[in-house]
Amino acid sequence: MTGPATGNIVGSVTGALAGSGPLVSITHVSKLFANGTLAIQDADITVFPGEFLSILGPSGCGKSTLLRLIAGLGSPSTGTIDWGQRDASGRGRVIGFVFQEPTLMPWATAIANVATPLRLKGANKNEALERARDMLHRVGLGGFVSAYPRELSGGMRMRVSIARALVTEPQILLMDEPFAALDEITRNRLNDDLLALWLRQRFTTVFVTHSVFESVYLSQRIIVMAARPGRTFADLKVGSAHPRDPQFRTSAEYAGLCRTASEALRGAIAA
Amino acid sequence: MSAPVIPGDAANDTRDGTDAAPIGRRLAERRFLYIEVRSWPQILAPSLLGIALLALWEGTVWLRGIPHYILPSPLTIVTTLWRDWGSLAPSLLITLEITYAALASAVATAIVLAMLFTQWGWLEKAFLPYAVVLQVTPIVAIAPLIIIWVNDTNLSLLICAWLVAFFPILSNSILGLRSVDHNLLDLFEIYHASHLQTLVWLKIPAALPSFLAGLRISAGLSLIGAVVAEFVAGTGGTASGLAYRILEASYQINIPRMFASLLLIALFGIANYLLVSWLTQLLLGRWHESAVNRER
Repeated sequence: MTGPATGNIVGSVTGALAGSGPLVSITHVSKLFANGTLAIQDADITVFPGEFLSILGPSGCGKSTLLRLIAGLGSPSTGTIDWGQRDASGRGRVIGFVFQEPTLMPWATAIANVATPLRLKGANKNEALERARDMLHRVGLGGFVSAYPRELSGGMRMRVSIARALVTEPQILLMDEPFAALDEITRNRLNDDLLALWLRQRFTTVFVTHSVFESVYLSQRIIVMAARPGRTFADLKVGSAHPRDPQFRTSAEYAGLCRTASEALRGAIAA
Repeated sequence: MSAPVIPGDAANDTRDGTDAAPIGRRLAERRFLYIEVRSWPQILAPSLLGIALLALWEGTVWLRGIPHYILPSPLTIVTTLWRDWGSLAPSLLITLEITYAALASAVATAIVLAMLFTQWGWLEKAFLPYAVVLQVTPIVAIAPLIIIWVNDTNLSLLICAWLVAFFPILSNSILGLRSVDHNLLDLFEIYHASHLQTLVWLKIPAALPSFLAGLRISAGLSLIGAVVAEFVAGTGGTASGLAYRILEASYQINIPRMFASLLLIALFGIANYLLVSWLTQLLLGRWHESAVNRER
């Protein structure tokens, strides 16, 4: 079994983004589950403030596990996840998390779902509802404030889920294959809307996906992971500037970037 | 999957990411005598069947001249109920009191135990087998013991009814509390929600459908428990429930009065069931798949 080969295929990224120092440094992180599965072995990832980072890998490469570790759901078996000086206890850290499923409370309306994180922090009810309403407007659901999740389509539910993750103005938005279960049309539209939101607000995003095309379209940087055991394999910079529009999807530049990422992914699968 | 009155994602296709079409107003449902028109068949069909069967019963009794001490006609039963209302009403009230006191204590104890059990698994492991023993032992078999041990008749009846009503709520509430979406639990953990917040905001609403399913069973069982226990107790006096009125009437071969008491028990049982159905609709109507109306 080969060790973790962290090759920089396209070029080093640390120059442009590292200016303000890392937001999170994941160093030599391994995760061994009680049943003996080594989900992650010696992963190294640095996340810089404001960047859009994708983690790309085949299923079973531990990318979701890694995301959950960053979120503080479980702790690494070895290695460290360092948030710098921001806080030692972890309670002050604000994280937004979007699951593969919308994961909404079916008994609560869209606005109540979005307001929940604020209410849990003890925010005043009216203020929380006001901010939730504003956030739903920003994800394009201003007309569905009092709809129940079952009354919404899959794409709309995912929008509510994103609104809920962003309403707390998180330091970092963690997304675990959020659009994997959606049809391609909805998925593309949500990709565009997510990018537009990110350009406006510049929240740090870590986006887990198994889609080469999605990762290239969205991110500034892609970490490619290899499976069994999950480990970081390559760190690719996506040089193309934002904003990216649907025309970018058909450009030669996009095709070239996708080819590079696909080759890295193929390398990771063979490794 | 989603209610068709609301446009799907296609209606949400606004490239600038601003608001989509507002939610469609629910079509006003046409009503006749305050009841939705489409509900009338499900009211009329059983009603007409009931009327037909009662007419057949009435006719058979009259034509064949069946004596009322063998089979009273429906009209005789209703007149008996009317005539004996003064003595039957207090008995109905007692049965009603025992039923609801038993149901209320079953709900309270089952909810508390379900919460303790889901919080501490070892408690469930220790106690649940005994709860099962109580559940599987027929109440008629335990009732005499309870009646011997407890001096107050009404209290012993209440304990019997509680015993049968308790378990369905307990097991359903445990199931409900256990079936909370794990990702939602993770989400609450990410937001550092307290145990109390997680319980009130997440676990209790998530457990509500299962709890109500248990309540529906237990509401019927508590009435059965109250009646069965009173049959076993067989104690008379002025302060006795409808079950004793049936026993009493059978000793006196007053068959119409037996039927009148039986009718009261049945009517109470139906009212009880409708009450729980209404409560379920009230609490789950807008969000739970079991309770929402689907249009096609």
